Amino acid sequence: MSFINYSAREINCKIVYYGPGLCGKTTNLLYIYKKTNPESKGKMISLATETERTLFFDFLPLSLGNIKGFKVRFHLYTVPGQVFYDASRKLILRGVDGVVFVADSQIERMEANIESMENLRKNLKEQGFNLDTMPFTIQYNKRDLSNVVPVEEMNRVLNTRNLPCYEAVAPNGKGVFETLKEIAKLVILEIKKNT
Amino acid sequence: MSESGLVMYEEEFKQIDAELLKLHQLANAKVTFLVDKNGQLITSVGETQNLDTTSLASLTAGNIAATGGMARLLGEKEFSILFHEGERDNIHISLIGSRVILVVVFDQRSSLGLVRLRVKKSAESLFQMFEKILQKVEGEGGKKAVRESPFLEITDEDIENLFD
Repeated sequence: MSFINYSAREINCKIVYYGPGLCGKTTNLLYIYKKTNPESKGKMISLATETERTLFFDFLPLSLGNIKGFKVRFHLYTVPGQVFYDASRKLILRGVDGVVFVADSQIERMEANIESMENLRKNLKEQGFNLDTMPFTIQYNKRDLSNVVPVEEMNRVLNTRNLPCYEAVAPNGKGVFETLKEIAKLVILEIKKNT
Repeated sequence: MSESGLVMYEEEFKQIDAELLKLHQLANAKVTFLVDKNGQLITSVGETQNLDTTSLASLTAGNIAATGGMARLLGEKEFSILFHEGERDNIHISLIGSRVILVVVFDQRSSLGLVRLRVKKSAESLFQMFEKILQKVEGEGGKKAVRESPFLEITDEDIENLFD
């Protein structure tokens, strides 16, 4: 959950990128890292296997600017996508303020998307969160590939809340900052609502 | 929601900082810091200039979370103390109540025995302080905080400006 420090005049929020294996969660963070001013970002930490698959999490601290004299900081995390890392995914969802679901747009990954979305719902519930009410954004990644599912179809299957969704090509940054901006906005509005 | 966000005011922050500094000095530590279980750094003292405390905080929380997961698989509630020994530096990690992690980094100027002893003594005071803060957040104090909150007046424009 958010941590508001009146003494240091800081708000800290946690955003988690979720989604099936190889959908592009780490690529999203890498692009954000690459395109952010050095003074606004901390070191990006990747706990990955030798083949660069996320083992535990990636972590990127971002300092975006000030609101009402408070420095707003976002801690971005990714989860490991592979089904068998479920224990790790649960741990990373602890204290989350907002979730980005990165879906793989390829036809053959639709089943993995659905499974991951169900897994997210279940794991959030275990932590006392409700996917239907918390700050949440969906990104349809890999839109540059030829075998993609139409957005309307992806919406029908994955976007049950009818939220704004973002088409993305994470390696070249298309849709990456739009997604981040949306979730950041939702998280801040939630803090506003709860104070 | 499972738990409310942590809100800390000047007064409590000073108390906690003072207790942490006391521990830091008595334990002869190199760096001493407190982390929220969700990975956010609360405060730190010591030789932090060349240290990435933000990353260290996040990894500490990950470490505690993973160890907690192992504990539950073994039928333990949690492992409340972790210790990592290095060639030069060592790190002592302990849980304060259910929300906060205390981390002491030390080298040959101190010893594990001294650190353990001092951590044990400070842990109780820190526990009481955080209990009070959490009660304040969740209880009547929270209502007081509502009136003073600067976030009530956040506009869409404020949020837009963050990304300029």
